[in-house]
Amino acid sequence: MTDTRMANGGLWRGLRVAITGGTSGLGLALVREFGRRGAQVAFVARGGEGVERVERQNPAAHGIAGDISKKEEIHPIAIQITGQLGGLDVLVNNASALGPVPLAPLGDTECEDLERALAANLLGPFRLTKALLGALAASAREGRGAVVVNVSSDAAVQPYPGWGAYGASKAALRHMSSIWNAELAASGIQFLSPDPGDMDTPLHALAVPDADRAELKRPEAAALELADAIGAALERQRAGAPC
Amino acid sequence: MLAAHFPVQRHPDAKLLAADREGALRHVARSQFTTLLRPGDVVIANDAATMPASLAGQHTASGQPVEVRLAGRRSLAPDDVREFSAVVFGAGDFHLRTEDRPLPPALRAGDRLALGPLRAIVESVLQHPRLIKLRFEGGPDKIWAGLARHGRPIEYAHMAEPLALWDVWTPIAGPPVAFEPPSAGFAIDWRTLASIAARRAGFATITHAAGISSTGDAELDALLPFDEPYRIPAAAVEAIRRARETGGRVIAIGTTVVRALEHAAARAGGLRAGDGVATGRIGPHSALQVVDAVLSGTHEPGTSHYELLRAFAGDATLQRMDAELNARGYRTHEFGDSVFVENAFSLPARGARRDRGPEGCYEQVQSTDMTIA
Repeated sequence: MTDTRMANGGLWRGLRVAITGGTSGLGLALVREFGRRGAQVAFVARGGEGVERVERQNPAAHGIAGDISKKEEIHPIAIQITGQLGGLDVLVNNASALGPVPLAPLGDTECEDLERALAANLLGPFRLTKALLGALAASAREGRGAVVVNVSSDAAVQPYPGWGAYGASKAALRHMSSIWNAELAASGIQFLSPDPGDMDTPLHALAVPDADRAELKRPEAAALELADAIGAALERQRAGAPC
Repeated sequence: MLAAHFPVQRHPDAKLLAADREGALRHVARSQFTTLLRPGDVVIANDAATMPASLAGQHTASGQPVEVRLAGRRSLAPDDVREFSAVVFGAGDFHLRTEDRPLPPALRAGDRLALGPLRAIVESVLQHPRLIKLRFEGGPDKIWAGLARHGRPIEYAHMAEPLALWDVWTPIAGPPVAFEPPSAGFAIDWRTLASIAARRAGFATITHAAGISSTGDAELDALLPFDEPYRIPAAAVEAIRRARETGGRVIAIGTTVVRALEHAAARAGGLRAGDGVATGRIGPHSALQVVDAVLSGTHEPGTSHYELLRAFAGDATLQRMDAELNARGYRTHEFGDSVFVENAFSLPARGARRDRGPEGCYEQVQSTDMTIA
C-alpha cells in the first residue's frame, strides 16, 4: 500500500477532501491518512473542543464545528468547506448516529431515536451532498474527478436484531448512494458506500460495550483501505475509464 | 413589471421571452428553455454560491448599529478574505427600502466594527462616505467561520420573508464567492443539465463573484457594478472552443457570465483559462467577442443589467420586449421571470457594431494564469 501511495503522490497532493465526524474513530483516522497523503483536508464535528484538539494535532487541516443532522447548519458547514478549500473533490459522509443507546429492539425504539438516526445517517449526508454537488460537479468537469463516500455498514444489509434504527438508516443511505450513481454517472461524480468492518471506535463501544477490542479492526487500517479505494476511483475518472 | 415577492427559484409557471438575432420574439415556459438550444451550442453558467454578505453589528466608537454589506474582494483565493470593500447602512434591516434606510454614523479610517463574532477595522473610506475598505481580524478559517455563522444573505424590501441561504444558492452552486446570487442560474437544475446533454449541447461553468445590485443611493448605484473577480476553468475554454468549431453558440446564463467571458477575451492573447477581475460596464457600444446569447432576469431600463442587454440587441427590439413583458405580466427581481436575447450583432452582422470602434471598458486590472491539475 505504501507503494500505491508513493505512486499516487500527484493524485493526492492538493486534493480537496472533506470528512464529517472527523474527531474520532474512522473520521479521525481519515483526517490523518489524507493529510499524510498530501491532501487539503477539512473536517466537521459537533464538539468545538474536539475540533480544536484535532486541529492542534493536524495543523494543516481545517476544522469546522457543526452538526450535519441539523438542517440550518448544512449551508454554514458547506460555505466553510468550499470557502477554505476553494472547491471540493472528495466528500466523506462519515458522521453517524447509533439510534437508541443501549441498542433496542424496534418495538422498544422511541420514534425520536429513529428520527435522530435518520437525521444523522440519511438526511445529513443527503443535504450536505446536495449543498456541495455544484462544487463536486465542477471538479469532475475540470478533470480532477469527484467522489462521495457514504460510509456504510454490514447492518445496512443484514437484519441484526437491536440495530433497527441504525440498520434501516444505513440501508437507506446505501440505496440512495446507488440512485445518486445512476443519476450522476454522466456528471462524473462517483458514489461509494463501503462497509469498513467492525472497528474499535466510540460508536462501536456504545453499541457493544463488552466487545473484545482486540478482535476489532483498527480504524487506521480501515482508513488506509478507504483512501486506496478513493484513490482508485479518482484514477479511473482521470483516465476517463468507466467507473 | 411585477415584483417577485417569494423566494421560489423555479416557479412552475416561470416565463421566458426570447428574442432571436432578427428581433423576432416568442414566449416559452422557462422550464422549456432548452428547446431554444441547438446541437453544438454550449451553455455557460456561473457556479458561484452566495456568501452571507450582510453582517449586522455595531460601530464601536459611536455605539450605533450598522449593517455591513460586503461588496467586493480583489481575488477568489480561499485565503484572501481579510479585506473587502463594503457598503455600510445605518439602523434597521432589509424590511426598510434601501433608499429609506438611516445613514450610518460617519466612518473614518481606523474605526472599529463589531460584527457578531467578527471584528473589523475600517481601512479607508472609498469614493463615497458609505463605501469602505475593511479588514477583518484573525486568520482565514476564523473569518470563514464568522461569515458562515453570523452572516445573512443580502436582501431587499420586495421580499416578504427573510431569505435562507438555500434560497439564494443555485442548484449548481460551488465556491461561496458571490455577494448576491447569480440569479439567472436559478433557471438551471439537474433535470435541465440532463436536457442540455440530450440536445447534444455542452455545459460548462465559470466562477464570478457577482456583486450587489443596488444600494438605494443614486451616487453609489452609479458606481455599480463594482470590480468583480472571476475564474475561468480550462474546461470552459475548451467547451467554448468546441462550440465555435462546430458553429454552435455560446449561451451565457446571466450577466455575470457575459462580464467574465468578455473581460477575459479582451485581454492580450484572448480567452484563456485563468483568474481576472472584471472592470467597467458592458453597454450599447461594447463589441461582444464571445457570447452569442444571454439568459437573464427581466430588468428595468436604466439599470446596469439592462445596459448590458443593449450590447446584444438594438433599442427597438428591447423596447418591444419591454412592452411584451409588461403586457404579459412578467415578474421582475431575482426570483422573477426571464429573457433570452440572442446577439443581433454577432458575426456576420457583428461587423456593423465593430465599426463603432472598441469601447475602453475592458481595462485589465489583474491577470494571473491558473494551472489546472
